[in-house]
Amino acid sequence: MNIKVYVPRDATALSLGAGRVAAAIEREAQSRGLQVQLVRNGSRGLFWLEPLVEVATAEGRHAYGPVTVQDIPSLFDAGFIEGKAHPLHLGLTEEIKELKSQQRLTFARVGIIDPVSVDDYVAHDGYAGLKRALTMSPGEIVDAVTQSGLRGRGGAAFPTGIKWKTVLDQPPQQKYVTCNADEGDSGTFADRMLMEGDPLMLIEGMTIAGIAVGATQGYIYLRAEYPHAHRALNEAIAVARASGYLGSNVLGSGKQFELEVRLGAGAYICGEETSMLESLEGKRGEVRVRPPLPAIKGLFGRPTIVNNVISLASVPVILAKGADFYKDFGTGKSRGTIPLQLAGNIKHGGLIERAFGLTLRELIYDYGVGSASGRPIRAVQVGGPLGAYIPASQFDTAIDYEALSAIGALLGHGGVVAFDDTVDMAGMARYAMEFCAKESCGKCTPCRIGSTRGVELMDRVLANVDRDRNLQLVEELCDTMLHGSLCGLGGMTPFPVQSALKYFPEDFRKTVQ
Amino acid sequence: MSADRALRDPLDESTRGQIEAALAAHQGRPGPLLQVLHEVQNRLGYVPPAAIPIIAEALNLSRADVHGVVTFYHHFRQAPGGRHVIQLCQAEACRSMHCEQLTEHVQRKLGVELHGTTSDGRYTLEPVYCLGNCACSPAVMIDGELHGRVTPDSFDALIAPLS
Repeated sequence: MNIKVYVPRDATALSLGAGRVAAAIEREAQSRGLQVQLVRNGSRGLFWLEPLVEVATAEGRHAYGPVTVQDIPSLFDAGFIEGKAHPLHLGLTEEIKELKSQQRLTFARVGIIDPVSVDDYVAHDGYAGLKRALTMSPGEIVDAVTQSGLRGRGGAAFPTGIKWKTVLDQPPQQKYVTCNADEGDSGTFADRMLMEGDPLMLIEGMTIAGIAVGATQGYIYLRAEYPHAHRALNEAIAVARASGYLGSNVLGSGKQFELEVRLGAGAYICGEETSMLESLEGKRGEVRVRPPLPAIKGLFGRPTIVNNVISLASVPVILAKGADFYKDFGTGKSRGTIPLQLAGNIKHGGLIERAFGLTLRELIYDYGVGSASGRPIRAVQVGGPLGAYIPASQFDTAIDYEALSAIGALLGHGGVVAFDDTVDMAGMARYAMEFCAKESCGKCTPCRIGSTRGVELMDRVLANVDRDRNLQLVEELCDTMLHGSLCGLGGMTPFPVQSALKYFPEDFRKTVQ
Repeated sequence: MSADRALRDPLDESTRGQIEAALAAHQGRPGPLLQVLHEVQNRLGYVPPAAIPIIAEALNLSRADVHGVVTFYHHFRQAPGGRHVIQLCQAEACRSMHCEQLTEHVQRKLGVELHGTTSDGRYTLEPVYCLGNCACSPAVMIDGELHGRVTPDSFDALIAPLS
């Protein structure tokens, strides 16, 4: 009897001891003379249960967690390899409330399959999208993506199909597909989880993109802070190539598509698409002036698709099940599903993929179960370091592009960071300016100089030096940065600052001891 | 002036060999500079200033081009780091779990500030802006290994076995 036991190789699971747990299970099984096949899957995204160990039984997969090395002997004693009871037993994984209520399209396989097995991927509907795309004309593929209503999940929410159409319409020449995997926003980890848990889905999406627009080379620009994702991507590219899904003759179609991972080097700005292209070319990550658009003159001056990991990974299911299937999820102009990342001071943090329209309150309290500290949640920051702080009075806002924009916020890449009532919002506003000053590429003055002046002004406000006048100057500086910056870094750093000022003015007026 | 002297400093044979091997691994590919610098740092632990003219010549770039790239990116080090590199996340999610207090503790415990290396050459301490472990803050990476929900006590336990 060969029993399959799953222990994640996901970076968060490893950070909580999954590697040691996997080794202990192997040791214990060996000493008991049991045949156990260990599968290193991705994470289900229920991080308060990690390391989450699963075992395959006839009735489905049983989950146990959070498991420590000390629990292993008692798990074996209790018969966990047959799915039997134990204090850590969570029942069938699929029945866990927080997982069952999700609508997983992009993360359908993450945590379920062996991320670097083509056989496992194909057995779970993988590569159905590519096979379908190979029967379609380039124009039909691009139309399907446009019809699905998919908008860029990196943060800008630009319609993906329109980008693709622009690249397709350029005369035949060397074109590129690039994937922006420089997931630098604090509070986000969806790209990382997908690359570690189902990298072949990203590879399939990029291959479809290449075939759609006539690009033969793809690059994944991955941040250097993600060594686990780097290993998973390189392993997955190697197995895809060995199985004929990448290379000079993709699945015998005569179409060519090659893929390479390139590492960034710790610059937040390289998540901005033109800066990312400069960096991919081996240069300083300085933002380019647009136009020309990357779709017309992108990497090495050629027509280039630049899409986020989740955007590209959403493409296979759109092709496999049709644009209408995807479009039927969601609301208004926010179609499909959004993988939300719940982080920060939160009890049950993790990945929640749902159709657009869940409210912040449902996310924070139904899924997150409140703060980790047990204190009231005072604010959430949505959309990374350039996103607005949202006060508790607005937690009934729906999570979709339009509803958030209506309250002066933005969804960005879908990260939601919770703060309890010990947070100092004036300190967070100062930090936003400090971060911008550290990460500015230096090309435009409002961002390069403005952010440094912003830190100085905030220091004076905090020290109660000429406070009213300096707060006025902060507002004026925000206005200059917002309207005068070349890209989103300088142009959006004002959002967290202004929202903190608007909703938490009392934090800026504390008496100085 | 000291930078100029460093550029003229002769490299020992083995260091030069490592730089040439790094070049050989990536030269010929389009836009290889960043990947070459990664390879050099992986092999030597840093990018020696004396490597810059060698890389520039091999890739047909100016020394200023290469220097500009090395200094643009936070990841590249121009002097040797400690035997162990400790990265402490300072970004918002970790701040919501008061990573400033953990950072204080680590600086006090190791007797070194962020960006510094201990005098015995054992530890280099670096700030990092997001390790993607934001649901288990505060996050710390030690020699490429990620750790979550780190407390001052658990940090001390993590570094205890390091030499």
